[in-house]
Amino acid sequence: MDLDHTAEEDAFRAEARAWLAAHVPAAPLPSLETAEGFAAHREWEAGLYAGRWSAVSWPERFGGRGADIFRWLAFEEEYWAAGAPGRVSQNGISLLAPTLFDHGTEEQRARVLPDMASGAVVWAQAWSEPEAGSDLASLRSRAVRTDGGWLLSGQKTWSSRAAFADRAFGIFRTDPAAPRPHQGLTYVMFDLRAPGVTVRPIGRLDGRPAFAELFLDEVFVPDEDVIGEPGQGWRIAMSTTGNERGLTLRSPGRFLAAADRLVRLWRERGEDRGARDRVADAVIGARAYQLFTYAGASRFAAGGEMGAESSLNKLFWSEYDIALHETALELLGAEGELAQSPDGWGEGYVFALAGPVYAGTNEIQRDIVAERLLGLPKGRPR
Amino acid sequence: MRFLPTAEQRDFTRSLDALLTASDTPSAVRSWSAGDHGPGRALWARLAGAGVFALAAPEAYDGMGRRPVELAMAYRELGRHAVPGPLVETAATTALLCHLADGGDPAPAKRLLPGLLTGERVVTLAVPDGEGGGYVLDPDGANVVLVATGAGGAEEARALHPGRRLASTPAPELRLAPGHGPLLASLDPARRLARPDPGGELLSTGPLLAEAIGCAVRWARLAAAAQAVGVAEELLRRTVAYVKQRTQFGVPIGSFQAVKHRLADTLLAVEFARPLVYGAALTLAPGDLAAAKATAGEAAYTAARTALQLHGAIGYTEELDLSLWLRKARPLRDTWGTPAACRAEVLAAYS
Ligand SMILES: Cc1cc2nc3c(=O)[nH]c(=O)nc-3n(C[C@H](O)[C@H](O)[C@H](O)COP(=O)(O)OP(=O)(O)OC[C@H]3O[C@@H](n4cnc5c(N)ncnc54)[C@H](O)[C@@H]3O)c2cc1C
Repeated sequence: MDLDHTAEEDAFRAEARAWLAAHVPAAPLPSLETAEGFAAHREWEAGLYAGRWSAVSWPERFGGRGADIFRWLAFEEEYWAAGAPGRVSQNGISLLAPTLFDHGTEEQRARVLPDMASGAVVWAQAWSEPEAGSDLASLRSRAVRTDGGWLLSGQKTWSSRAAFADRAFGIFRTDPAAPRPHQGLTYVMFDLRAPGVTVRPIGRLDGRPAFAELFLDEVFVPDEDVIGEPGQGWRIAMSTTGNERGLTLRSPGRFLAAADRLVRLWRERGEDRGARDRVADAVIGARAYQLFTYAGASRFAAGGEMGAESSLNKLFWSEYDIALHETALELLGAEGELAQSPDGWGEGYVFALAGPVYAGTNEIQRDIVAERLLGLPKGRPR
Repeated sequence: MRFLPTAEQRDFTRSLDALLTASDTPSAVRSWSAGDHGPGRALWARLAGAGVFALAAPEAYDGMGRRPVELAMAYRELGRHAVPGPLVETAATTALLCHLADGGDPAPAKRLLPGLLTGERVVTLAVPDGEGGGYVLDPDGANVVLVATGAGGAEEARALHPGRRLASTPAPELRLAPGHGPLLASLDPARRLARPDPGGELLSTGPLLAEAIGCAVRWARLAAAAQAVGVAEELLRRTVAYVKQRTQFGVPIGSFQAVKHRLADTLLAVEFARPLVYGAALTLAPGDLAAAKATAGEAAYTAARTALQLHGAIGYTEELDLSLWLRKARPLRDTWGTPAACRAEVLAAYS
């Protein structure tokens, strides 16, 4: 057992650190949930891509560096420590890309991935529906066969960043007669500007149009934009939800950097004794998450799989993130109320509050942990 | 990086697990609680034979070299099997004696380590100025009661008194206690406490001893944290088994969501404590050790609360073996650095 980095990992980290030091914008970009901020983030991602830092774990032919999981983690630690902007391409990179690597064709990868990594095409996830949240398999939006492709109709909702994004990926019912709700679903990519698509932005708790509703009326999707076999959409979608709950959405680097900022805030504010334990818990939690991740990465590198552990992961970071931000707000006192609070704590707090809801609610994750990791009997159907 | 046990480490813990499973530790614990140390001492000798007490000692004293990772793994097994006795104190004593020996004061190690490593001699240790509130654990079951006082070095003083500024620190002393006061019952009957008598033979003093005491505290935290993880794991394992088998309203209680969610949260606490313990074993950094101790202690206590709740009334009985683990969790959490003391240490060490 060791925590040693190889010389190559150290060199990779040093190269990333130097590049980030030279390129990270001095002033934070405007919120990516605004039109102006969205454009600024796209530009940042184009620069990242030009330096080949946008998706380091991807093969070189798609603009990555073929980095293994340890180098990827090192990069993420450097990225967040450098105070670099949040990623506007995150949905694509953490959900669609792994799906394409596992189930897409080489043609699809070559067509989709570079533009995703450069921010030229920003992707939205269109899974949830008004009547299908936790019970996602009950979704009703459908895709009907037509010449050379499919026609999508129905309504999707809570689609993050769809207000400004270019394209979306989602699951649609192609066989309404299938005996079980999980069957007869198909995974497709579609254009948010195609005829028949209406995007209605929805204001988040802080009023920003961070997600949107999508109304689809016979939207044409060519066959080449279907991922995997028609009818296999559920299996394909489930094989990649682990990514959303697990590492790629919330790498430890982000929380290590956040804990650092919190300790700085605590020290600036005179080491408030009442908050001491919670500040310490933020430091401990970031370290625990980092080491938990290293253990998982070591297992993965040794040929193991990341399975239902990603639910533990998601439970941990979503609750950690809220506790961390609550502590910061408390230290800020009256300033904590300001939407433009120092160092972005206020916006971070509002964002953290959604953590236990998206990527599968924490109640559903606890069911998964109990049934798959502890082997408890299934209760009421999910 | 390979932040996973090696094949040898897995074999080591597996054989330890087999040894302990075969040893009927629950009855040894019950005897120990009743003041009969025979079965516990026999168990102690078998553990020594398996090398458990040699994991913090250098080879010059027939130890296995300093092996904090293996020590953490071994102590996790000791926790899983609820082994009684001054286990943490043994690790701390070993670290203290070795630190002295390395620094040029080998006499105490020469005198005490041989018997300690073979298990012939059980040594317990009190650090009255700091952890443990002046009580020594299991002096009646031990052959040697050591008392360390007045840690002097700045770092050690901080380790012992997190958050407190010390005006003047007395010269540190390591003494053989001449005896101990009356035995006091602990919340965990398998832990028997007393105050060591003052005075006794002086074994060491000086700045090196101050450092050695700091070192002892760090190893004690590692050992206690690892043991706490083991206790938590066993409490969870027993509770999961119980809720699968106990039925109410016609179904296993483990199919109820409220029950599942509480167990899922307990698993979460354990799964995120364990890497902290192994990480601390690898770095031996004071902040990492304190983080591991605080988190593992809380995980054990969470597991105990969950286990008690989900067993219902039977969980509240002393005849169920579960009680042997249940009652360990709280003392393990609070000795050798309460969670609050450890959290303060985490921030003090944070740069
Ligand atoms: C900020 C944010 C961003 C999002 N982004 C996206 C996106 O980009 N794309 C997308 O497709 N979706 C997105 N979502 C939607 C998200 O995936 C859903 O909100 C989530 O799956 C829960 O569905 P729901 O909101 O319909 O809640 P419901 O399923 O109605 O659940 C309501 C409550 O009931 C509980 N509940 C439901 N069923 C059970 C059960 N069996 N056992 C116990 N409790 C249960 C839930 O846990 C929850 O607490 C986003 C949501 C948020 C908040």
